Amino acid sequence: MTWKSPLALVREALEGQRARESELRKLVSNLPYEGLEKGKQPNRFFPSNAVKTTKYSPLLFLPKNLYEQFHRLANLYFVGLAILNFIPVVNAFQPEVGLIPICVIMCLTALKDAWEDFRRYQSDKKINNMPCFIYSRREKQYVEKRWKDVRVGDFVKVVCNEIVPADLLLLYSSDPNGVCHIETANLDGETNLKQRTAVSGVCTSNPGFEPESFNCAVVCERPNNNLNHFKCLVEKPDKDRVGASIESLLLRGCTVRNTNHAVGFVVYAGHETKSMLNNNGSRSKRSKLERKLNVDVFFCLILLFTMCLIGALGHYLWLESLPGVPPFLVPDSNGHLDEPSLASFYMFFTMIILLQILIPISLYVSIELVKVGQIFFITNDIDLYDEETDSRVQCRALNITEDLGQIEYVFSDKTGTLTENKMVFRRCSIMGTEYPHKENAIRLAVLDEPETEEEVIFNQHQQLPRTRWSLEAEGISPSDTHWQGSRRKSKVAANGQSDAAFSSPLETEVIPDQKLLQQITRAESGGGHRDSSRDKDPHLDFFLALAICNTVVVSMANAHRQRACTSPHSSQTNNPLEAFSSLLKRAGSFIQRKSKRNHTILEVPVTDAAKTDSREDRNGVQTCSLHPLSQSGGPTLEPEDLCYEAESPDEAALVYAARAYGFILLARTPDSVTVRLPSGEELVFEVLDTLTFDSNRKRMSVLVRHPVTKEYVLYTKGADYSIMELLGTPYAEHISGVEKNIAADTQHHLDCYAKEGLRTLCITKKVVSESTYRSWSGERKRAKAAMECREEQIMETAVQLETNLTLLGATGIEDRLQENVPESIMALREAGMHVWVLTGDKPETAVNIGYACRLLEEEDLVINMSCKNKLTCTSILDCTLEEVRRYGEDPSNVDTTPNISLVIDGNTLTMAMSPDLQERFVDLAKRCRSVLCCRVTPLQKSGVVKLVREKLKVMTLAVGDGANDVNMIQAADVGIGISGQEGMQAVMASDFAISRFKHLTKLLLVHGHWCYTRLANMVIYFFYKNVAYVNLLFWYQFFCGFTATAMIDYWLMIFFNLFFTSTPPILFGIFDKDVSAEVLLGVPELYRTGQGKGEYNFLTFWISILDAFYQSLVCFFIPYLAYRDSDVDIFTFGTPLNTVALFTILLHLAIEIKSWTLVHWIIMLGSVALYFVVTLAYSAVCVTCNPPSNPYWIFQSQMADPMFYLICTLSTVVALLPRYTFYVLKNSVAPSPLLQGRQLDRMDPSTRDQWIKEWRGFRGGGPVKRYELSDPPTPTLETPADFFPDSDADFMGDDLSLNVITQNRQRVVAT
Amino acid sequence: MFHSFGKHFLYTGLEGGSCHSQYGGWSNVWFLLSQCGVCPAPNGQSRKGGQVKATATYRILAMVKQEQKESSDRPDNTAFTQQRLPAWQPILSAGIVIPGFVLIGLAFIGVGVGLFITSQNIQVLELDYTGADTANPCYECGRQSTKNCVCTMEFSLSTLFKGPVFFYYGLTNYFQNQRRYGVSKDDTQLFGDLDAIKTPTSDCAPFDYDGNNRSIVPCGALANSIFNDTFKLYVKTNNSGKKEVPLDGKGIAWWTDYNVKHRNPDVTPLKDAFKDTVKPINWPKPVYELDTTDEYNNGFINQDFLVWMRRAALPDFRKLYRRITADEYHDGLPAGNYSLEITYNYPVLTFNGRKKVVLSNVSWMGGKNDFLGIAYLVVGSLCIVMSIVMLIVYAKFKFPEED
Repeated sequence: MTWKSPLALVREALEGQRARESELRKLVSNLPYEGLEKGKQPNRFFPSNAVKTTKYSPLLFLPKNLYEQFHRLANLYFVGLAILNFIPVVNAFQPEVGLIPICVIMCLTALKDAWEDFRRYQSDKKINNMPCFIYSRREKQYVEKRWKDVRVGDFVKVVCNEIVPADLLLLYSSDPNGVCHIETANLDGETNLKQRTAVSGVCTSNPGFEPESFNCAVVCERPNNNLNHFKCLVEKPDKDRVGASIESLLLRGCTVRNTNHAVGFVVYAGHETKSMLNNNGSRSKRSKLERKLNVDVFFCLILLFTMCLIGALGHYLWLESLPGVPPFLVPDSNGHLDEPSLASFYMFFTMIILLQILIPISLYVSIELVKVGQIFFITNDIDLYDEETDSRVQCRALNITEDLGQIEYVFSDKTGTLTENKMVFRRCSIMGTEYPHKENAIRLAVLDEPETEEEVIFNQHQQLPRTRWSLEAEGISPSDTHWQGSRRKSKVAANGQSDAAFSSPLETEVIPDQKLLQQITRAESGGGHRDSSRDKDPHLDFFLALAICNTVVVSMANAHRQRACTSPHSSQTNNPLEAFSSLLKRAGSFIQRKSKRNHTILEVPVTDAAKTDSREDRNGVQTCSLHPLSQSGGPTLEPEDLCYEAESPDEAALVYAARAYGFILLARTPDSVTVRLPSGEELVFEVLDTLTFDSNRKRMSVLVRHPVTKEYVLYTKGADYSIMELLGTPYAEHISGVEKNIAADTQHHLDCYAKEGLRTLCITKKVVSESTYRSWSGERKRAKAAMECREEQIMETAVQLETNLTLLGATGIEDRLQENVPESIMALREAGMHVWVLTGDKPETAVNIGYACRLLEEEDLVINMSCKNKLTCTSILDCTLEEVRRYGEDPSNVDTTPNISLVIDGNTLTMAMSPDLQERFVDLAKRCRSVLCCRVTPLQKSGVVKLVREKLKVMTLAVGDGANDVNMIQAADVGIGISGQEGMQAVMASDFAISRFKHLTKLLLVHGHWCYTRLANMVIYFFYKNVAYVNLLFWYQFFCGFTATAMIDYWLMIFFNLFFTSTPPILFGIFDKDVSAEVLLGVPELYRTGQGKGEYNFLTFWISILDAFYQSLVCFFIPYLAYRDSDVDIFTFGTPLNTVALFTILLHLAIEIKSWTLVHWIIMLGSVALYFVVTLAYSAVCVTCNPPSNPYWIFQSQMADPMFYLICTLSTVVALLPRYTFYVLKNSVAPSPLLQGRQLDRMDPSTRDQWIKEWRGFRGGGPVKRYELSDPPTPTLETPADFFPDSDADFMGDDLSLNVITQNRQRVVAT
Repeated sequence: MFHSFGKHFLYTGLEGGSCHSQYGGWSNVWFLLSQCGVCPAPNGQSRKGGQVKATATYRILAMVKQEQKESSDRPDNTAFTQQRLPAWQPILSAGIVIPGFVLIGLAFIGVGVGLFITSQNIQVLELDYTGADTANPCYECGRQSTKNCVCTMEFSLSTLFKGPVFFYYGLTNYFQNQRRYGVSKDDTQLFGDLDAIKTPTSDCAPFDYDGNNRSIVPCGALANSIFNDTFKLYVKTNNSGKKEVPLDGKGIAWWTDYNVKHRNPDVTPLKDAFKDTVKPINWPKPVYELDTTDEYNNGFINQDFLVWMRRAALPDFRKLYRRITADEYHDGLPAGNYSLEITYNYPVLTFNGRKKVVLSNVSWMGGKNDFLGIAYLVVGSLCIVMSIVMLIVYAKFKFPEED
């Protein structure tokens, strides 16, 4: 019955196609169809979970690989020539030998591809065979199967710490709230736990879930690669529809955490899963150098054709000049000779075959090899290794390493790129009163000292009480000390591991402001009328809002430490445990909750039948950690034990700040938040809804029900401008006088915060009446279930609620600069790069950070552009441009460095980038050393990059860390992702991923420079090598009647290119080091050599081609003149030519090589040795093996002849003398900066440093003033920033502003 | 010290299976422990014991493990991976290269002088017998195409022509290096292969078979166009008679050509090997009759044939014809009058060529060639000049480091 009619097959195929392509899919459970043949399966059209990332299959490898390889034009060219060689009238060699080079090259490439593919195959196999549990109807339980057996429509059970095998719609979780925690580190690198909620209303038979009773249909959208978006609805048999979103989807590749087990319905499997759709492998870009190289290959082609034309013409003239038929003219097989014209026509093609190696056949393969080597060294650089995150630099694009050495414009994101994205609470303003938190500022200043930081961490951990209960109970005494020791050691790692803002004391510790603390205590104990006044006090509300209005997940401090290891038992029971202990303390007040908690705790050891050792262990710990608790009545739960995992570090910082004032967030579940008040009382707020953050609203809200007052309260926090609007304007009628004042004062504080470089957030509250809530929640539900435009509808409902907010206050959070950012930016600027910072922050914040990171200097001319309409924008642009031009031309400014910086905001930028203004804008920007764009959107970021890249034709680099930088990263020539706090989207889109901004310096200045110099020199050398060698053959044509004779045995010619002279240039491309890393970093100017046209340009290319011509002339004509009129035979003549060419070409490289390591010596001498050994062997073995050429014993006889050595010596010396002399004279008379750098290299380190310092001082760069700059210049509010005279008016004002501030403090030029 | 030991103790004591630690630093500790019998059997029996104990320390173990794991991605800090291999970094600059230039210059001048003197000491006598102009005694022979036309050229030596004297014939504008001419031969045939004699390679076409489909041996244009002028050298005696100078035709070809590359078929008499074959069109006699007097100079190993078959690299070339090695001429050709009798056969006017006879003695550097000596002298002097320039440059532009 397996046979099917073809028609049915076609119908089936079409049906499958339709099912896969349709916008919506309807999936049903596989269980009723279990065991049936494939044709009856309802979900048969969707791919299985087996993944195949291999490109080839064993059978189809050859044709497919050949097809791939022939996409490369050069390969086609060489195959074409090889085929041409098979045509008898034009062939130059034995037809077969013409195939050798291309075959060798293609075989090498094929081998490389096959090896790569095999490795992919192996990893596929490993992944496909991972175990998982699928429900089987026959066995009435979950049976262990392989990942590849998972099909759409199956029910898969995942247990704690298991990796999710496919995209699962979460139907059931062992957690009573239906929550499943996942870690998406594998997917996007975010290590904070995310909550997923089971689809509500589907699984009713709690506890336990019966897959067989699942008779709903799941309708979901077509698979897409958006990790944060999923639309789906579950259709129950009674036609009731329940919507589900990404909140209910367990993505393939995520790890289940903190949840005992969960059951999901497979919606996407295998290649349709979101993680697979996101996984599009390494990127392939074409570098600037390669583009240039292709042009030069084209030049070579022209050169080749010219030479062949000369050959054909020469052949014609030669034939014409012969008076008769000489004995050496061979007629064709019919006995008559071709017409000279026809013969020369054929000769043209023969010449192409003979001279084909003018196009360097091995160049592309060599470049690939070199890049592999370069990437190896980049990724192995220990300076680019980040200890905290345990990550090296990643090279995701494999073929643009040399672009790193040519960057002229750097576009950088601010938050998370220049700054740590580790938020520290600095100060706040409540109800119009500023609390400066001076003690906290002092603490932060102290923490700046690395030594102290170490100490603090050590002490902190020493106090941790958990050490006591977890270890002492077992009576292992040495472990206590050991714990601290290793704890301290792994501090760095721990910080990195956690990656969010919780581990380092920097963020977690906030020293409360005394005044504020008193205020709170007063409010807390506010007399007898407890309920009324206390809940009215905005100070308390403010901190409650901080504690509640967020999405922070609470866990134990040690929990995430162990998350990555095999036994995350404690984190699994964290929330219950911590709640349990608090229960013990205050059992009286929350009895109704207690049973539930207990249930949770007890469930863990019971539910999961221990199958493996690790689980056994886990259970063991369970008992052990519970033991002391229950016995001793439970130690007080210290707030230090709590750990907050936030999606954005701002939130964590705020929660920590609240904690410092006694408002401790104890637990968070999807529908409740537990907060402990300073009085010790614990309040459980019912969370009615969370209006999540989005970039349009720029705010988030949490709607809770107050447990005491039973009021519906909406806490909103968000960017100041988005919140202030919702209060109504400060002068609006409906706001009372007090509120108006508060708003105005707060706004003033906000501006001051911004000037300090702090991130500002406004905190508001709104009491919602019950009726409003009822009607709103109905709408909200509808919006959530909507299949079309769900996001828009949800957002709309959010906007509806967030109105008429009451301002509580504002916070200032410091986003500290990453270490060495000012130094790095200085270095980049000194290296001749224009640094642009593109940020979404407000101008004041951005400018301040700009000064702090030395993007702007105090003596700079800062142009501030901000205008509302296009007309003013045009005039401003014109004025500024005029001014800047004048400034540049003004003779009085010659000796000062006219460093012009531009600050522009998002609106103005949009106008400036409009087609009619962009020319002027680019012209202005070109003259600016640095540009600061504020309040720009992701799209604008990429627009700016594209504009600069296209208009100025420069190499651009974009660096960013967040999803909002992805566009920019992709638009730039080189995209750098910083793997930081904000997930991995930027890294996924990038070409290179680094972990700190400071690594950019070494990546560009050292590796970029090296890669570029190496590759540029190697490519030039490759062209030179081929031209020089081929020209030897060409000159010989003048002496053989242009008949395409080679005076070198063809095998030796092939070997010459393939073996004797191929390794040294590759080595040169990988290893050569013109200037040491220290000097390159010390003298960033050296980077300029690669910018613009760089070292590989029209001039250097043609100079090397001309040199090749000269050298080949020497190499040919010195032996020619020496052997003229003698009885020398053809291969005896060719042998010294070949040898001279070898020596010349290798010694030419030796002149170019800047640093000789042992490897260089071995390879260079090895190449020479190989030449002699192979040639000697070949001449000794081959008697008649390779007719008609017959090199037998020729090399031996030549080597016995002193003339051979004399000729070789003379030719080599004469060939290389000009280049050598030129270098010597140039180095002596006009040494290049690079050479000066090399001079520095030879000095001993101390003198060198002295020198570098003097050099830099002389140029007026000046060393970086570290301590002065690492903090924002104005630490107090009393001294307003002096670089923006009327900045308030500018930025808050309505019309336009143009400030050209000149503060040319004459610097005393260091001598 | 104690801390760390404790750590190791815990580690090894717990994770029995991992006693064979991959972390090299600990292996010696493990060794000590296993000696004392502390390290349990490698199937983790410790777990069966107190579970509390095991699991509690398991946490530490896990942490320790993780610590190891965490540093796993750290790149190796070796000189190679960090690109810090000790290296020699020469900087080309005037100060450094002056001695080199002087040295090279002096050496080259020395070699140049030697070469030049050697070359000057070589005596060469060239006699053009093309017969292109009427004054030439071979004018008549050059014009008519009669075979074996004989002409005689007279010359005299004023001094002793030092021996050993090599007798060359020279051709100009003759492109033996023409590609298709060069490949028109069959090496296998010349190696004495009987099959190749019957069926020569197609490279030889159209000189592979005659009209009757008989193979031509030796095949190919190269063999067919063999140089067929012959020479006799006479020294004039006092009584207006003349005495032939014996010319030695042995050892004029390459040893390897004579002994390795070319072989006669292993058939006696030699003639039998060439049954059903024809001689090349231009040849007066078949290959097995090239030298009937000496079987070791006959067939494919005939030395004149070998010399011709070794293709000249350049269009103007000379090939060794004979050597003058007879005892009485061992010191060279004495001064006197000589006559050269030429059997004129080879046509050269079809390619504007010229024919000549060259008498030359040789040195270690081969024939006379002034070029190399002069070139060495020029380059050597150039180096000296350059070194002076460098010196000036050096004096004028010092390096920053010497400031």
